[in-house]
Amino acid sequence: MITVKNLHKGFNGVSILKGISTTFEQGKTNLIIGQSGSGKTVFLKSLLGLHTPEEGTISFHDKVYGDLSKSEKRKLRVKIGMLFQGGALFDSMTVEENVLFPMEMFSQMSDSEKRDRANEVIKRVALINSNHKFPSEISGGMQKRVAIARAIVMNPKYLFCDEPNSGLDPQTSILIDNLILEITQEYNITTVINSHDMNSVMEIGQKIVFLKNGLKEWEGTNQDIFRTENKAVTDFVYSSNLMKKVRTMYLEDN
Amino acid sequence: MKYLHDFGLYFIMLKDIFSKFTKWSALKKLIFKEIDDLIIDSLGIVAFISFFVGGVIAIQTALNIDNPLIPKYLVGFATKQSIVLEFAPTFMSIIMAGKVGSFITSSIGSMRVTEQIDALEVMGINSLNYLVFPKIVALMLYPFVITLSMFLGILGGWVACVYGGFTTSEDFTMGLQYEFNEFHIIYAYIKTFFFAFILATIPSYHGYYMKGGALEVGKAATSSFVWTSVVIIIVNYMITQLMLT
Repeated sequence: MITVKNLHKGFNGVSILKGISTTFEQGKTNLIIGQSGSGKTVFLKSLLGLHTPEEGTISFHDKVYGDLSKSEKRKLRVKIGMLFQGGALFDSMTVEENVLFPMEMFSQMSDSEKRDRANEVIKRVALINSNHKFPSEISGGMQKRVAIARAIVMNPKYLFCDEPNSGLDPQTSILIDNLILEITQEYNITTVINSHDMNSVMEIGQKIVFLKNGLKEWEGTNQDIFRTENKAVTDFVYSSNLMKKVRTMYLEDN
Repeated sequence: MKYLHDFGLYFIMLKDIFSKFTKWSALKKLIFKEIDDLIIDSLGIVAFISFFVGGVIAIQTALNIDNPLIPKYLVGFATKQSIVLEFAPTFMSIIMAGKVGSFITSSIGSMRVTEQIDALEVMGINSLNYLVFPKIVALMLYPFVITLSMFLGILGGWVACVYGGFTTSEDFTMGLQYEFNEFHIIYAYIKTFFFAFILATIPSYHGYYMKGGALEVGKAATSSFVWTSVVIIIVNYMITQLMLT
């Protein structure tokens, strides 16, 4: 579980996050949504420790990140898996080497054990015959899967995903969403996803945090989002006619 | 103000490079890869430029000595002094700032743009140590490149003079041996070590702290070449002033 209290962050005197408090639950897919410029990326990077908050706290299972020593932070980071928007795979390494990388850095396992574990997670994300290919030789969807495999290879307690569906076709997007959901439940990890994709919101939004102008405007589940009367949320989520129809049909059925 | 900020940030970067070391088994592989990329891959261009510039230096010197009272062996002497003291260590380093420096800036800059550096940081890896330290270690072999440059520069001068009919082989060789001062070699190698460190760290700084996209990677590579060259020239002047005067 990750608890955020009164988080403030700005750059060059411009305030981006203006006091966000929320909780991301373990074993659930927690989505952060909001318009471009609402502070989603800064929020996610603050959770990851890439930005230092100006005020407020971020706690990982009751341990306040800002209070940890450097070595404790390092240990915590090994428990964090991250799926970047573009995959952030290392270009000079093959698929297998990318997945092996965190183990090469932090694991005491033997070479054969590392290789077995890498192959296990590569298989888990359904990548076949790609071990010796370079990231540039595989599709965007496959790159995302490799990035997921690399993120989960160390059995993380926390998984962060930045726009996991960007640049993917709808079918591959659903596959990636389902994979993240399955992995979250299978390994009982706290997953935080930064997303623009309304399909993801409806499919895997077990908890949704809606940001507007650096503040938490609304939070709830993918069921609650159909019933909410919050104008900012409805304007954002149901901006297309298709989504409006989906909402109407859902409310009529329920 | 920006220069002051960059200056301070560069030294903070140096401190961070030497803190929290990456696992040795991983670092070892990276060092060998960097030796291949930065040293081995540079040998061809270094050999080509050194041989022909050595030849040009010898021909220019020979053509400018038209006084019959000046002994012909001075062509060999002047070629040796020019190549050992300045051309090989300093001007070859400026050429390397273009070749190796741009490579370092663009490769680290691309990693910044594609969030690979963020990925390293999120994993708990000191990205500066992981990316820059192996380059510094690999470039400690840079004096071997400069040795090759010195040898081929002088060989180029010998070939140009002897086969161009400017001096005899004996005169040229006598000039090479004339007033040989070991301290000049020590001076040249001390410079080379400083330049190697500059070649590894300034381009890394420009790549690591760049902001933006692909266009900015190109701008960072250009800026890296300019600043590496400027710093090499200034450090060259300082070392020469300290050691030879």
